[in-house]
Formats: sequence, structure tokens, C-alpha cells
Amino acid sequence: MLEEFLTQFFRAFVIGGAICVIGQLLFDVANLTPAHTMSVLVVAGSILGVLGLYPLLVDFAGFGAMLPISSFGNTLVEGAKEGAASGGFWGIFTGLIKQVSAGVTAAVVFGFFTALVFKPKS
Amino acid sequence: MAPKPKPDPWYQAIVDRHTPKKRVLRNCITAFLGGGLLCALAQTALFCLVEFADIPQEDASPIVLICVIFLTALFTGIGIYDKLGQKLGAGLAVPISGFANSVAASMLEHKSEGLVLGSGCNSFKLAGAVVIFGIFSAFVVVFIGWALQLI
Repeated sequence: MLEEFLTQFFRAFVIGGAICVIGQLLFDVANLTPAHTMSVLVVAGSILGVLGLYPLLVDFAGFGAMLPISSFGNTLVEGAKEGAASGGFWGIFTGLIKQVSAGVTAAVVFGFFTALVFKPKS
Repeated sequence: MAPKPKPDPWYQAIVDRHTPKKRVLRNCITAFLGGGLLCALAQTALFCLVEFADIPQEDASPIVLICVIFLTALFTGIGIYDKLGQKLGAGLAVPISGFANSVAASMLEHKSEGLVLGSGCNSFKLAGAVVIFGIFSAFVVVFIGWALQLI
């Protein structure tokens, strides 16, 4: 069991770190703003997702691939694909956001609580 | 936009001398270590939930994700996240916690302008780009895939 844990830990570390390095290179070398960098990563995630490459990365690295923002694009694609499989063209609309609900809802709910509870600096 | 004036080489030399040098390699190493560690810790939490709490993996992943976002919002409120983020750069900006941080931080920052006009209207300032480009690109690629299947 320890061996399995170490494998998972190591894989998540390397893949997650590598995606962050891509982001850092987009910051420093390509001189993109954070918003541009995030958008590029999300679009890359959705393209890799529809090609079936990103799910392979998720299988390999777990949270190493699920935590970086590129996974947001991939998860949107997965939901849309599922919708398209059951509901055709209209299913793309109804299924697209289903699976990212956890992330977006949590960000809004906890963000709201943060704004209510804490005082802004300066 | 107004046409850019031609840069004066003498002036440009002074600008270059005073622009702080980017330490690309060092930034990349800290981003790798910071981002990698965050992902590996999330994976550790997932492993513990699956192994010790007997929660199936597809239920455990969202739990870990929500907990990561909760902790991010908490650390943003306390003010630790921004300090860490300056050191780790993309290591904390690229993971989903960067998304959560941008929502929490902009809501907190604009609180003084009111909950609706301040926090509400500014909440998705940075995260909005992610959501909009994510939804639009996902729609386009899935639609293309779906249409190709029909042919």
C-alpha cells in the first residue's frame, strides 16, 4: 500500500508541477497576464479533453491533472460529451456545466463567506 | 490607439538597466515545487479517503476539490494566500485554488463598495475569463466532435 501511495504522490507531484511550470513560462517568457494564462490553459484543457488525451493524464496523475485549471476545460468537455451522447445537440447545452458544479459552487460559496467574515486589508 | 513613438536607444538603455531581471529558471523551479506539492497533497487526501474511509474514488475527488477551495478561501481571508502566491507564482495561480483565490480576493477587496455592486459585480473579474473561455471552447470542440460523428 505504501508503494502505491508513493507512486500516486510522485505522479501527482510531477504532472501538477509540470503544468504549473507551463503556466510560469507563459507568465515570464510569453509575458501573458494571469487572466490570459488561465484562459490559454483552460482552452488547451478542453482541446486535449475532446481529443481524449487529458483523461489519460487524469488516469495517470490523479490530482496532478485534476487540480490545475486546465482540468476545468476537460471537465466541461466531459459533461458536454455526456450530454451529447444522451441528448444530441441540445444535450451539449444541458450537460456542459454539470460536472464543474462542485468547483464553481464551492468557489462562490466560500468566496462569499470570506467576503462576509473577513475585513479587507488597507 | 496612438502610434507608438520610436524608442530612443539612449533612453531604452536606461530602461533596460533599471528593469528588474526576471529569474525565469528560479521562478519555474518554485512553481514546480509549489504546484507539485499542492497537487500531491490533494492526491494524498484522496488516497486517505479512498483507503481509510472507504469512499469510492468518484465521490472522493469532489470532496477533496471542495476542501481545497475551502482552505484557499480561508487563507485568502486571513491574507496568507497572497503572500504565498507572490513567492510561488504560477505554482499557486494555476491550480484550481488560484481560481478560488481570485473569486474570494476580489469579493473581499470590493466589499466596501457594497455586497451587490462591489463584491457581486467584481467577483468574477479574473475567474470570469476562465469560465467564459472554458465554456465557449468546450462547446465549440464538443460541437465539432458531435458534428463529425454525424457525417
